[in-house]
Amino acid sequence: MKPTTQVHAADGRQELTITRDFDLPLHRLFRAFEDPDIVARWMGTKVVKLENRRHGGWEYETSGPNGQVVFRAHGVIHDFVPNQRITRTFEMDNNSFPPQLEFLEFSALSERTSHLRMHIVFKSVADRNQLVQLPFAKGLGMAHDRLQRIMDK
Amino acid sequence: MDLRRDVFQAIADPTRRTILTLVALQAMTPGAIAENFDSTRQTVSRHIQILIECELLEQRQAGREIYYQLNPEKFRVIADFIEPFRQLWEDRFAKLESIMKEPPPTEKP
Repeated sequence: MKPTTQVHAADGRQELTITRDFDLPLHRLFRAFEDPDIVARWMGTKVVKLENRRHGGWEYETSGPNGQVVFRAHGVIHDFVPNQRITRTFEMDNNSFPPQLEFLEFSALSERTSHLRMHIVFKSVADRNQLVQLPFAKGLGMAHDRLQRIMDK
Repeated sequence: MDLRRDVFQAIADPTRRTILTLVALQAMTPGAIAENFDSTRQTVSRHIQILIECELLEQRQAGREIYYQLNPEKFRVIADFIEPFRQLWEDRFAKLESIMKEPPPTEKP
């Protein structure tokens, strides 16, 4: 099994799906979303709050090298069924993106492998397209460095 | 000026890259964009002009204000715009998988 992340974002739709197979039993995969210490490690953020229950809330906060908060996001957990699904909202602080609705579905592929499907619904097509461009904008610097190296040859 | 106005020229300049990063978050007025730089408003607006000429920025009139926003279609010219987003999640999930493959000493005491 070669696990890779796939993103499906059909043109003109205000949603996208992220899917991935994991070389992990279902309960281990789910635990990575349930345990705040583990979430903190793979998301690379501080988990301020993670209430794994219906009507629970969550809050992440990431600090820069000088201790200043560079990223903060929060949401509400709408539904939480262990080893099956998490339904939640996601909203970043300090920018104009509207909240998004996320459906996380966990399933077993075999005793040792599992599958995650994240279905994210945005307020509009434009919001979706802008959000997926965030890492791209950050990558522009790197793209330029590569270009520069090619030009310097 | 007789310069080739293409997207690669646009991203070759650090100020223009910063402008693109800013408007990727939200549509902005020229004044709001200029506030992020030490350079004169005139200099910033020349950079904006170049980004418009190579169609990376779109102009939108809202009342008396002009807003600039990214043109996502043109972005696809320089890269598949989904790929960095996919890579971001792939990096996270790869980390998740390796963490969860560690022996779980505290999970079942």
